Order: sequence, then C-alpha cells, then structure tokens
Amino acid sequence: MSKSYTPGLKVLEKTTIQKERLLPLKGKVHVDNYQIVDANHIVASTKIPGNIQMINIANELNIDADQIKESMLCTIDESVSKGQVIARSKGLFGFFKSEVRSPLDGVIGNISDVTGQVIISEAPIPIEIDAYVSGKVNSIIDKEGVVINSSGMLIQGIIGIGGEKKGKIKIFNETDTDFSSIEQDDILILKSTLTYDLYQKINDLNIQGIVCGGIDYQTLTKILKKPLGVAITGMEDTTTIIVTEGFGDISMADRTYQLLKNNVSKIASINGATQIRAGVMRPEIFIGSTDKSIVEDSFDEDKLAISIGSKVRIIREPFFGLIGEVIELPKELVTIDTETTSRVAKIKLNDDSYEIIPRANLEVILLD
Amino acid sequence: MKNQENINVILATDCGSTTTKSILIEKIDGEYRLSHRGEAPTTVEAPFEDVTRGVINAITELEELSERKILDGEKFINTSSDNKNGIDLYISTSSAGGGLQMMVAGVVKNMTGESAQRAALGAGSIVMDIIASNDGRKYHEKVKRIRELRPDMVLLSGGVDGGTKSHVVELSEILAAANPRPRLGNNYKLPIIYAGNKEARKEVNKTLVDKIDLKMVDNIRPTLEVENLQPSRDKIHDLFMDHVMAQAPGYDKLKKWTHCPIMPTPGAVGEIIKRIAKKEQISVVGVDIGGATTDVFSVFEDKFNRTVSANYGMSYSICNVLADAGVENVSRWLSHELEESDLTNRIANKMIRPTTIPQTLDELIVEQAIAREALRLSFDQHKKFAVSLKGVQQERTISDTFDQTMSGETLVNMQDLDMIVGSGGVLSHAPRREQACKILIDSFLPEGITELSVDSIFMMPQLGVLASVHEKAAIEVFNKDCLVRLGTCIAPLGEGEIGQEILDYAIFVEGEKHIGTLKYGEIKVIKAKYIECKANLNLKGNFSIQNKSIFEGTVYGGEVGIVLDGRGRPFNFNMKTENRKSLIDNWRNTINEYPNLEI
Repeated sequence: MSKSYTPGLKVLEKTTIQKERLLPLKGKVHVDNYQIVDANHIVASTKIPGNIQMINIANELNIDADQIKESMLCTIDESVSKGQVIARSKGLFGFFKSEVRSPLDGVIGNISDVTGQVIISEAPIPIEIDAYVSGKVNSIIDKEGVVINSSGMLIQGIIGIGGEKKGKIKIFNETDTDFSSIEQDDILILKSTLTYDLYQKINDLNIQGIVCGGIDYQTLTKILKKPLGVAITGMEDTTTIIVTEGFGDISMADRTYQLLKNNVSKIASINGATQIRAGVMRPEIFIGSTDKSIVEDSFDEDKLAISIGSKVRIIREPFFGLIGEVIELPKELVTIDTETTSRVAKIKLNDDSYEIIPRANLEVILLD
Repeated sequence: MKNQENINVILATDCGSTTTKSILIEKIDGEYRLSHRGEAPTTVEAPFEDVTRGVINAITELEELSERKILDGEKFINTSSDNKNGIDLYISTSSAGGGLQMMVAGVVKNMTGESAQRAALGAGSIVMDIIASNDGRKYHEKVKRIRELRPDMVLLSGGVDGGTKSHVVELSEILAAANPRPRLGNNYKLPIIYAGNKEARKEVNKTLVDKIDLKMVDNIRPTLEVENLQPSRDKIHDLFMDHVMAQAPGYDKLKKWTHCPIMPTPGAVGEIIKRIAKKEQISVVGVDIGGATTDVFSVFEDKFNRTVSANYGMSYSICNVLADAGVENVSRWLSHELEESDLTNRIANKMIRPTTIPQTLDELIVEQAIAREALRLSFDQHKKFAVSLKGVQQERTISDTFDQTMSGETLVNMQDLDMIVGSGGVLSHAPRREQACKILIDSFLPEGITELSVDSIFMMPQLGVLASVHEKAAIEVFNKDCLVRLGTCIAPLGEGEIGQEILDYAIFVEGEKHIGTLKYGEIKVIKAKYIECKANLNLKGNFSIQNKSIFEGTVYGGEVGIVLDGRGRPFNFNMKTENRKSLIDNWRNTINEYPNLEI
C-alpha cells in the first residue's frame, strides 16, 4: 500500500544527531577525526573574496584599451595600496603624463585589453565556523568542513527566525511581570503565544532566544518590520525565535514543553533557520548530553508514515493544533465538507471525542 | 524505447515542488486514454532526499488503483503478453528542488537582457536576476549580487553580430570577478552559456574559460530585428539535464529510469499551450498555478511568451501573495466575517504546512480568494513582459536605439484573446468546475468573448513531455481526458451603475432560445454543453464587445455553460463596493459556485 508521509517534527528526548559544519568556500579544517569539541570550538575557517572595484584605466588615461598593458605599473595578483600609482600614460614626448592611483588596498584581479578595465579586489574577509554542538568529530570533508556527532535532546519547531545561538534554558510564564531574573545568555521558553508587547519587553534584555508555542503572523511582521513572504529564514538580525506549533493563538504541545522544562538551566544550541522548500530545514533546539546510554538513532521512514496508533497533530482548521491518535484509516476516499474526495483518518482526540480528518492535514509526532 | 505503434501503456510522472503526480495512459480500442492517476508527496527534501521515493509512492498508488503491476522493486516491468502488467514507456517532468534557477546577463537590459530572459523563461527556468551594462548598478554591486545568487546556470548575451565587443566582454569580466558558485554542489564548475556577439567569443572565452564551464551558442540577437532564442533554449535543456538534474537528490537514478530526457515542468506545459494555439489557430493564455510559482503562458500573433512569477504560489509562496496583494484585496472576495489576524494566520499556516488541504467550506473559500489574487498578480506581470521586440527601429533615428523604454507594447490584447486554459492544483482540483471557471474570470478579467477551460486533473506537464516522444498519444489524451471545456465568458466593456441595462441577448442552445437582458453588476449563466450556440448580442449605452455594439456569431458552452459577466470592464470591485457581500453571494449562487452550507 502507498504510504502517506507527513512533515513530522522531531521531539526526541534522547537521540544522536550529525551536524555538518561546512564553509561557504573551500578553506582549512582545524580539527582531527574523532576529536572531542565543545559547541564554541572553531572547526574550520576560510577567507571569502573581498569586494571588488573596477577602474576603466583606458578612459582615465585617455588611451585605447589595447594599449593598457603598456601603461600598467602593476601585474595581475600584485598587491597594491590605496593611493599607489598603478598606471601611467606615456604622455606626449615624455610630458603631460597621466596617472591612475588605486582607490583602495587590494590585489589586482584582472587587466583587460578589450575593455580597458582593471579589477582590484579588497582584502579577503575571514570566516570561521564553530562546532555549534558539543560532540565528536565524526568525519572531515576535505577543505570544506566537518561532521560532528552529538547525543542529546532534539526538538524541531515549525518555523523560526534568526540564526544559531547558544544559551541557557529558562522557563517564562506570560503572566510573569518580573523580568529582573532574565539574563543575557538565556533562552526563554514560553508555552503560549508570543505577543508583540511581550517580545518588545524581552527583546530589550538582549537574550539569546525565545521558544514559544504560537505567534501571530502580524506579530512576526512587526518583529521583522516586513511581512514574511516565503518561509526561508535564518539571516534575520533579531533575537532567535522558534515557534513549535504554528501561527495563531496556540500553546506548545505538552510533551515538548515538559522536555524543555526538564532541561532548565542546561545549555542549548538553537537555530531559527527555516527552509520549507527545497531542503526542509526546520528550526531546532538541541541540548547535548553526556549520557553514554544513548544509542545512535537510525532514521526509519516508516515512523513518518501515518498508521493505526500514530500520535498525530491536526495541522489545519477547524481542529488546528489538537492532538490525537489514529484509530482508523479507511481505504476508500471520503467526501468532505468542501465536496472534495480525500483519503481520511479517524482520530481519537485527547478529550476522547472522534473526528474524521483528511490525512493531508495530519502530522505525525515523532517520539522516541 | 519501443516503436510508437507498439506502445500501449504509458506511465508519466511530474515531480512538483509539493506533490509527485503519476498518470497511466492506456491504448483502449485503438485510442490512447488516461486510465488512472496517483499522487504522493515529493521526497526531494530531507529526510528522504531522493526524488525517486515519491515517484515510487505515486506509482504504487497507481498500481493499487489500476491493479496493474508496474514495479518490481525499483525496476519497471515490461508490458506482459496479456497486457495486464507492466508499461511500455516512462516519461517525467520535474520542478522539484526549486526547479531550474538562472541568472541572465545582457548589454542593454530592455534588449539583449530581455531576449535572454525570454530564452531562459521559455526553457522553463526561473530568472533570478538580469545583470545588464545599463541596469544602474555599480560594478561591485553587480559582483556582490552574482555572488549572492548562486544560480544553476547563467545565460550571457549582448551585442549584435559584428557590433561592438567591449560591453559584452565587460560583462564577462564582471562574471569572472564574481566567480559565481553553483546552487547545488561545490565540486563542479558553473555552466555559463554565451549567446552574444559572435565576434567577441575569443575574448569572452579567454576571460571565463578557466573559471566556469563555458558553452557557446548562436547569438540570441544576431541583429536588432531578429531574436534567435532556440539555440539558447536547447542548450539550457541539455545543461539542465547534465548539471542541475545530476546534482539534485535522486535525479541521477530517475534519469536512468525515464525513456526520454526529463523536462522542466514549465517547459512541458509551454509545449502544450503552443500546440493548442497552433492547432486551433487561436490566441491563448495559459496558467499553471503551483505551490511555489505561477507560470503564465501566452500565444498572441503566433508569438509565444512565458513568465514565471517565482514568488506567487499557493503554499510555499502564499504569504508573498498576501503581502503583495494586501489583506483588503484578498478579503474583498469573502462574504463571511473573518478577523484580519485570523485570515493572515490561516494563510501563514498554509505556508509552513504546504501539503494541507481545506477541510471546511470557509477554508476553501479563503484559499480560492488568495488564488484569485495570485493569478491576478502573475497575469499583471505577464502583460508587462509579453511585449513586442524592443530595439527594432520603427521610423526612429539611430539615436533612439538606447532609449527603448517606451517601445515594446504588450502583446496581450484581452479583446483578441480566444481562450484561457487553467492548470494547477487549485484550479484542476477545485471541487466544482464552476469554482475554477469563476476564479479564471475574476482573476484574468476576460474582455469580450473568451472560451475558458481547465486541465482536468493537472496533467498538462506530463502530456507536454509525452508530445515530444509520442505526439499522437499526447493529443488524443489531451483532447479526450485533459482539456475540460468550461464554457465561454461574455464580458462587455464599459462602466455603469448597478442595475443599469447593458446588454440584450438571444442565445440559441440546441434549438432552445434564451433571451434576456443583462444588467450592470450581475452575472448570468446559460446552461449549454460544448457545442456551437448562436448568439445575438445588442449592447446598450457605452458598452461594447470587440469595439462594436452588436455581436452576431457563435459561442461555445461547456461544463459550466455560457457566462454573461455584466460587472463591466474595467472591473472595479473592492472592500468599499456598496453591497459587496450580497453581490458576492449573488454571483456565487448564479454560477452555482459553492454548496448551500452555513459558513
């Protein structure tokens, strides 16, 4: 029988993860295989090309482009400093010579005798990549980065903003009015919906991140100062926010909240980067563990297939956010209120009521 | 691949960004017909990262429905002697993994830049940016932009053959300085197609050859008056297969399964639209609204154009539609009360859970409201792009050459438009054909007399690629099973007051005469099958059809019928329109759009 997969989000108390830590361009790897690293350890670095400037030397010297090489005082790959004369015309009988000076410190990238352009590159910009999670270097990708193995608790959110951060888990209630105990390295866990008012108060404290159950789309728009058009995030210059359930007034699933609560004061690595399309990247909270008993997690695709007994979350109105268990999977297509025929599942909700839900509107909750 | 005469069972898949669709075509009584359809979520992303998993799941569904064994593990079974198992031909299209993403470069943005854009779009790609000598950006800004983009390939054009070389060589120098990295994989060189002044090939080659994988094709604009897109499009197709597909997860395997090259989905749909226009000798607008992008195709005056609105779609990009259209424009189509925050949250939840479907009627209505806006915005973009060739001198002096902003009028003339063809989940899978019909009218706002049709089950992409290897099968299935004729929209031009009489009509359907008067602001529907119906239309006041006040001719019915749209053109309808909700309800009831349920 064909399988109905869902975009299941992982809520795993004990798991083993592998993190690829890759450079944007080839560079140098600074660790060895099997080396133990902490989350802040620099594992690889490189230099990305600096900004470039193009100068039309032929125009500046009032010569033809094919005469440029005779006038250049520097060659390709030569370093030049700001103000240095890089080209000089022959002038008339040795007089009336024109000069061109470099507008910046850099390296000559190209001299073109077709266009008369000279390209000067600014100094390369250094980039460093840290381990992000504590663990063991599992493999090295030559000149590109490493793969880190780590064990611990992993929770995936549905959407987030902001990049990688590390901080201390702290529970926060929406009714709390005392913000004095919040510290800059905190990651606040909010079971309910994050309002804009609360965000503003928290954000002023420069904390590392907020993990919440829901968020209003309009709140997110205010935080980002523009509407979020596509769910490709991670580059925002804001406090990292991870939403576990979705948009609207919705609380964090009990199990997710409980797991986070059990890890209060522990150091977590979080990343709000989300990419729903082409690569499904979900925001995540990872808390490393030294527990040796954690066995390596092997991905089992069948866990993502809806089957009788699956614990599921309903992910569309009118029962959005409710959690239940699959008790029947009728083979026949069923006509729903919209007059569409759909494959459905019968769900027993937590309050012991039953609902027929299109399978497309269910999400398997992955448990360990 | 077998001889065409021996092909009896055809399997075709389309790997979309959200869903992989499979269809089974069988030769029944000497004629090719669609027999079954299946689908499964696309699995190009983690944790599967193998497109063939979704393909196998979609085929497995076909096997269940057809009771035909197609796969033995991961191998296709050849058709058995009793014709009960196996297949003879397997073909596929794909837009999964973001499709084909290109950057184009040209010397003059509105001339070679646009020609390059047309070539790339026509080959089925998304154009991420156009870099041009005159685009107003400084060199370092262009370099920065190219570095950020990470395209799958670049099409570089510029200059007419024998013309000045320096501008296009300068573009190649910018590309060399940027040294762009491919989107997928760090370990191969980015393909750049050079389709510019052939006299500059040596210099371009010298500048780029060490850094990228350079391919040379004939100039896209050999002279100002001639646009030569096909060599570039063919090369884009080849490179798409060899480079992009080879990098996407699982495609190497899928490539080996198919009996002919995998085609980008939009390229395949474009093929079908072109064939409709050619066969029926008509002007056509086609649309394929997907989860991430909306493609609009048109053929006017035998000129084919395609645009891709890369940020307008029904799932991944749905919030872009909301942002660009605005809440008011989406809400104007709703007659039930919905808080703004509720509306925006529902739409945003569709973005983050793209495979969900509306379970209730009000959810369906919201989804179809936003579809109207996605289509409207995409069609607006298309009209601006589908223009006559810019740069062709028409009683101008040479000094006007670089001032082309006002030249190039849109080819999309709504009064000349004969047919609109809709495809994509929200149109093809609308529970009622009346809904698809009304969405097409509301978003494209046809003027005069325009036929409307939809792709029955969203299979135009598969038929597009099938047409390239078995045209007979593609045409037979297209006519019998794919194209659903919805009817004809009669929409007079003009503005008036609600209730004002604008048109007297007499329409003859199978011997029965339907006469009446159409008032401003109302919609009427005359039930008629897809047959010729004589129509006599007398327009009143300032209203006209095809610039005339009388029309006598034939129109066609369809599954919905003949729709008389008295809402005027231009169509002015917004949240402030008086009696907006009752107008919506009247239109819905007349066209039988939704079941009579409490929302």
